[in-house]
Parts: sequence; C-alpha cells; structure tokens
Amino acid sequence: MKFGVVVFPGSNCDHDAYHVISKHVGQPVDFIWHRQTDLSGYDALIIPGGFSYGDYLRAGALARFSPVMQSVKNFAAEGKFVFGICNGFQILCEAGLLPGALIRNAGLHFICRHVNIRVENKNTPYTSQIDEGTVLSIPIAHAEGNYVCDDPTFNALEENGQIVFRYCEDDGEITAEANPNGARSNIAGICSPDRNVLGMMPHPERACEELLGSNDGLGIFRSLTAAIQAN
Amino acid sequence: MKAKVFVTLKPGVLDPQGKAIHHSAELLGFGNIADVRQGKYFEVEVNGGATAEEAREAAERLAKDVLANPVIEDYKVELEG
Repeated sequence: MKFGVVVFPGSNCDHDAYHVISKHVGQPVDFIWHRQTDLSGYDALIIPGGFSYGDYLRAGALARFSPVMQSVKNFAAEGKFVFGICNGFQILCEAGLLPGALIRNAGLHFICRHVNIRVENKNTPYTSQIDEGTVLSIPIAHAEGNYVCDDPTFNALEENGQIVFRYCEDDGEITAEANPNGARSNIAGICSPDRNVLGMMPHPERACEELLGSNDGLGIFRSLTAAIQAN
Repeated sequence: MKAKVFVTLKPGVLDPQGKAIHHSAELLGFGNIADVRQGKYFEVEVNGGATAEEAREAAERLAKDVLANPVIEDYKVELEG
C-alpha cells in the first residue's frame, strides 16, 4: 500500500497529511511534486490544503492545469482513491472531478476553528469505519468553503448518497447556526458517484492526535486504509 | 488586438463581497445604490496578426476554459478597436 501527497506551489498542509499517514496510519507515503505525471505504484492520493498558486483567479483554479492533474484524473477514472482536503476539495471541483464549486464564505471572514460534522453516509471508502450519524470534531481553516451547486446537481448528490459530511450541532442536529460558511444544505464534504473521490473542507489531518484537541479525523484515514486493503 | 473579458457571478449566486461593498457605500452616505455585484475584468492581448474573428475565438475559449468557472460565473467578451 502506498499513499501520495500531491504538492503544488503554495500547498501548506502537505506535511500534516504526510505526518498522519506515516505516523498515525503507519503506511508508506511520498510527496508528489505537481510536475510529476507518473502515478504508478500509488493506491491513494491526498490533494492537501493550502493556497495553491496563491489562490490567484479563484481558489484551486490554476492548480488544475498543473501537469500532475491529468494523471490524477486518469488515476480517479481507474477507481483509485483521490482525497481532497480544503484547497484540495476546491481543486477537485475546479478540475471537474467533483460537482459544484466553493465560493467566498457567507460571512466573508477566513474562519479557523473546530466545527462539528456529521457522517451522513457510512457506505463510502472514507467512512466505513465510522458509524453513520457520528459527530466528528474537525477544524476548518478557509475563506472559500461555501459549497454551491445547482438544483439538479444537489438532487443527484442527495439521491446517490454523495453527501458524506454535513456541518451540525454538538448533538448532530443540522441547523443554520452550525453552518460556518453558508454552504448549501450544510454540506462539508461530498464524494463522486463511484465514491472513490472525496472532497471536504474540514481538515481531518489536523485532528488525529489528542494533543491537538481531537483525534476524530483518524476514522477517515483508517477507513481509507481498510478500503485500499480490500481492493 | 485587445479583447476585454468580463466575468460575473451568475444571478442568484451569493456575492458576499458585493454585499460588503454595498454596505460600505451605505455607510458613506450613498442613499441611492440598490445593489453591488463584484466581478472580474481581464484585458487579453491577442497576437498582432490575428483577425477579429480569431481574436474573439481565442478570448472566448480562454474565458470559458480558464477565466470563468461555468458552475458559478458567466462571461462576456468584447473586442477593442
């Protein structure tokens, strides 16, 4: 089993992801510079958070033209796992690997704090080890996390069970108050129809050790590891 | 030849930055500004030998593939001169 963490100019959560995979998941992991196009030998890619290309034009817009991205698309088309976190989620939407877009937070501010998210679908490679309805405490750190999509896209997401995480209260209730950024229907993370591509705004790689206030993110990485083993 | 590309949020897509600018305008005493929507403007210089049609085609393609995200934005291309 081998993980890859894709590094763009301006990625800044790449080392966090690498740390979690190597120390807490205990699996081999490489950094993959964005000019690399050979992804053979990898089972899962993490597209990490940060500010690729300085968020020029739109968050994630320019990263999709990096040489590695065509290989990432092929990788995903083969059914392998692509996990976009924060800026990684924005990049996957811009690249068309996930539907919709992420726009400026409704309240305009950059928000950096722990939020609660509820696991909406256990039947994905990223949540199989977590009970449905579980409330996870995971930090967000973004200014453009406000998920938008048109009605047909939203209906398809709901019907296919592609909404994986929603912002919620401590007890799991989905409320407007628990929504930090105005995202449609409190959406914090979605997956592709085949479930092998996941994008989420919260940072599970920052919540994998008690010392950092929560280890609720571990279940996501453990689920992914189990899915790779099952493949 | 220069092409001007205007990228604007689709109607109905929330524009918090436009709202903040509108609010500031109200604070400044503008009483007659009903709404502000923020967009982007690009000046695209097309190689000298290009015909107007080629320049428009290049700018349209750039706008569609790069400058605008069709999920949330519309674009408009104008040729200068």
